[in-house]
Parts: sequence; C-alpha cells; structure tokens
Amino acid sequence: MSVLAEVTGSIGSVGYGLAAIGPGIGIGIVFGLGVQAIARQPEAYNLIFRNMILGFAFAEALALIGLVMPFVYGT
Amino acid sequence: MTAIALAAGVLPAGAGTRVFAAEEFHAPGLGLFKWEPLFNIGPIGVTKPMVLAVILSGLLIAIFWAAFRRPQIVPQGIQNVAELGYLFIRDDIARNIIGKKGDKYVPLLFSLFFFIWFFNLSSVIPFAQFPVTSRFGYPAVLAAIVYVTWVGVGIRTHGLGGFFRAQIPTGLPKAIYPLIIPIEYASNLIVRPFTHSVRLFANMFAGHLLIALFAITTWHFIVQNPTVLGFGVGIIGAVMTVVMTAFELLIQALQAFIFTLLAASYIGGALEESH
Repeated sequence: MSVLAEVTGSIGSVGYGLAAIGPGIGIGIVFGLGVQAIARQPEAYNLIFRNMILGFAFAEALALIGLVMPFVYGT
Repeated sequence: MTAIALAAGVLPAGAGTRVFAAEEFHAPGLGLFKWEPLFNIGPIGVTKPMVLAVILSGLLIAIFWAAFRRPQIVPQGIQNVAELGYLFIRDDIARNIIGKKGDKYVPLLFSLFFFIWFFNLSSVIPFAQFPVTSRFGYPAVLAAIVYVTWVGVGIRTHGLGGFFRAQIPTGLPKAIYPLIIPIEYASNLIVRPFTHSVRLFANMFAGHLLIALFAITTWHFIVQNPTVLGFGVGIIGAVMTVVMTAFELLIQALQAFIFTLLAASYIGGALEESH
C-alpha cells in the first residue's frame, strides 16, 4: 500500500495535546461546581473539598496517562 | 541548580554530555531518568533512586522514632508535629472516608502518606534532586499493596461471591446490566490499580521534567551560550525554575494526599454494605 499522506515530527506532543482536552474540561467542571457548592453551603467546606479533590484526581489520571503513553510507544 | 548537581556528580550519566556539552539547546528527555548503577551488590546494580529510597526511609523512621519513642501525655517538640500528622491522617482521611471502622487502617494510611511525601520531596532537596517516585517501580509496589489490601478486606467482609456482587450497582434497568457488568469489573479490578500508580508516577515524572527544562534553559542562555537576545529568556528560565519548584512542593504534598485518600476510599468501598 502506497503512502498518500504522512505526518512526521513530534506526534507525541500532538497526541498529548488531544489527550489533555477531555481532562481539562473535566477538571474545570469539577472545580467550577465545587466552588459553586462551597459558595452555596460554606459550612460543608470540608466534605465538598475532599470530594472535589477525588473528582480532580480521577479526571487528571486521563491526562497523565496521555503524558506517559508517548514515552512508552514513542520510539 | 543543575550546575551544582552536575558538579556533585548526581546527574544521570548521559545528561552531562547530552545536555551541557552541546552548543545548541537540547530539551531534557528520558535521559534524566536513566541512571547508571553506582555500585553493585551481587547481580543487582544499585542506582541513585534506590540509595535515596533507603536514606529517606531511614530518615522517616528516625523522625517518628524520635517522636513516639517515649510519648508524653503533654506532647513537646517533635512529638507535637508528629501527632499533628497522625491526627490529620486519622481525622481527615481515615474517619472521614472510611468511617468508624477506619481507625484500624490508620497505620497503613499514615505510612503511605509520609512514605510517598518524603519520596516526592527528594525532588527539591539539594543534591538529591530526584523524585524517587518518578521511577515507576515505587508507585507500582505501593499501589499493589493497596490493591491487595482492599480486595482482601472486601473478600473478608462480603465473602468471595459477595465481593464480586458488591462491585455491581443494584437497582438499574435490566437491559443495561450486560453493559454495566464488564465496565464495572474492568474499571474496579483492572484499571484502578493502574491509574492509582500512574497518577503518582506521572505527576512526579512531569514535575521533574518541567523543573529540569527551566533549569537547563537558564543554564544554556546565561552560562553556556550567552547572547544579548537570549539573556532575557535565561532570566525567565531562572524565575520559572523558582516558581515551578514552589509549585512542585504543593503538587508533591497534594499527590501524597490524593494517593492516601484514594487508598482510603477503596478500602472504605470494600467495607461498605453492597450498594
């Protein structure tokens, strides 16, 4: 099969850029709604903050997997 | 910063020639994380992260030994600080996430938190300047310990069948179960330990790379290849190195906290009555 079009260069960086979109939106939602919840109910700060951090960690994991994968499959 | 590290011979073997000798600018890469063995014990080559791990573990043991060796009813000095740490783990993590049964798991969570935090902190300690947790083996083993613990706790609480049943949420429409069962098993039993360890590893890996990038930028534009135009870039690099180091201090504590928090929430989930 002949190659019609080829992309060369640091594709890993492009891949990471794409991988960061979803977690970026996710983390934004987590902290945005978290701050809103704290503003509505400041006395529940501890409970909200802990769950905020948990949600942040879950969303962040995807971006970090995206960061590591180019190093694993890059060469 | 890197200049001192190079002088002390604590940078990786490849970094010296690859980063500092070349005239044009080279961004740091995986070479930063590849270490030649310092010395051999039998067939095992002992590298710098291993040495750091032993030193930091010894330091950790020494600190808490000094704090709790002869505990006073009215705590003084180092016992005060250590008790603050203990209370943080017990009240903010164990009791809040697991509940009343959480006190049993405080020793595990306490060790995990301080172990990880110290391993992360070695990233900014002069002459150490390498986060031990950015070698994947360390977080992988820690995540494996947590995995074995929560699966064991779950099986002991619910029995073998009950543990596997407890992973599936109840009260959903029947049609959705063929979809939800494989997803729940895959995410809880296979992906969970993987993300648990990668989260810590990748954070430290990226943080170290980031600091190294700015430090090398400074070195390149101010010391190695100074030009009028490049000088400003070097200054920005120096400022960013300091800023990023401060940022890393935050991330290190946060990642240790998140790792422990997730460990507690996994154990807590395994202890819960089926949902």
